[in-house]
Amino acid sequence: MGREEQITIPIPFGELLGRVGQMKENGCRLVQIGCTKIGDDFEINYVFDKEFALTNLRITVKQNTVVPSVSSVYFGAFVYENEIHDLYGITVEGMNIDFGGHFYRTTIKSPFSVTVTKEGS
Amino acid sequence: MGKQVTVPFGPQHPVLPEPIHLDLVLEDETVVDAIPSIGYVHRGLEKLVEKREYPEYIYVAERICGICSYIHSNTYAECIEEIMHIEVPERAKYLRTIWSEYSRLHSHLLWLGLFADGMGFESVFMNAWRLREHILDDMEATTGGRVIQGVCKVGGVRRDIAPEKLDEMLKGLRGMERELHDLTDVFLNDASVVHRLRGAGVLKTEDAYYLGAVGPTARASGVPIDIRQTGYNAYGKINFTPVVESSGDSYARCAVRAKELYTSIDIIEQCIKKIPDGPVDVKVTGAPDGEYFARAEQPRGEVVHYIKGNGKRNLVRHRVRTPTFTNIPPLVTLLKGCQLADVPIIVLSIDPCVGCAER
Repeated sequence: MGREEQITIPIPFGELLGRVGQMKENGCRLVQIGCTKIGDDFEINYVFDKEFALTNLRITVKQNTVVPSVSSVYFGAFVYENEIHDLYGITVEGMNIDFGGHFYRTTIKSPFSVTVTKEGS
Repeated sequence: MGKQVTVPFGPQHPVLPEPIHLDLVLEDETVVDAIPSIGYVHRGLEKLVEKREYPEYIYVAERICGICSYIHSNTYAECIEEIMHIEVPERAKYLRTIWSEYSRLHSHLLWLGLFADGMGFESVFMNAWRLREHILDDMEATTGGRVIQGVCKVGGVRRDIAPEKLDEMLKGLRGMERELHDLTDVFLNDASVVHRLRGAGVLKTEDAYYLGAVGPTARASGVPIDIRQTGYNAYGKINFTPVVESSGDSYARCAVRAKELYTSIDIIEQCIKKIPDGPVDVKVTGAPDGEYFARAEQPRGEVVHYIKGNGKRNLVRHRVRTPTFTNIPPLVTLLKGCQLADVPIIVLSIDPCVGCAER
């Protein structure tokens, strides 16, 4: 199902930089990096595109995990990594441009790291 | 190496209606580095999925931006439909395509007007926005809204367009085309405009691709990324060729948008000729259980809506990656080496939409 080919590959956290490097060697562009909170864990999706086919590398980490930056491979990754740091409180090490927690000026620290249940449920 | 000074640009600046800040590192008048800052208007809209059920969340998705509003709702709906295996009626797909192209027309005309204003061409600005009014009038007549349409829903669309109205819309667009030629002629051929834009803010093809540039910013650098080619809505049944330029400068970005106006009119004409009869929506029950990355071509480029559901009415995650967000790293790169006086025009040339970028 789905009009687009979309593959999700869960990878061990330690293989991230190597696998991202391979994606660039294969001629993929970085579409986005996004985080999702699942229970106590955080899924981080690195999405790549080549000729309209999406490949999604996924790591699952705890909030206190220090995630290596992929901005040395894809320069533009710094916007996504700063976003993940500011909204989820996950430390990303080695970003080419590190805003030090001031990329988003949120009044609550790491606002997306907590789940707010629907009112009344 | 000369002495370096840092000059702040924005977040309030005459050419930018929205807040984006750049620290420009200068040597004399040449920009050697640019550090971007956003985050002045971050709204945390993605977080609202925890409080709004997925059918009503489409209204939130549509309010991410006042320019690309329709396409946000379309992409969100498509994401849910893919997860829930909902087959949208063919007529609804054509209507969605027509409204998507109307969105592109009004966004590009708005941008051409702002771009002209940024260069001091007030009359061109006025004429671009005057033509845009015709587009907004048609949007209002067919959806009920000029800025927020509220016409798209999970499973189809809320309104149909009568055949007579479709013919009237086509006639109006064909009439407007003559005026569009006069307008775009200024951007493509006027000597002072060409002088101002040629060679300003060059983005090379490889940089555009690997830095993540999308939309006219990528296509102006020779990267033919146009998500419409994946065939979502009714695009798979329409013949069109993405507008691609190769010089990668501000002139090329301007030319891509100017020429895309005609592509949009052609796509609308094909849709009106091919649109089938039939229902415009299907009944939707249940809740999404799964995940999907839906993509669409907004006026500024590829937008990505990622949704993860667990079978409940509230989604686990709704993540939106907008074209401006991914065009920020290319902007940083193409500013390097330009003259300080060209910065406002170069920033405008990527058509930044900060409302979208901050969500």
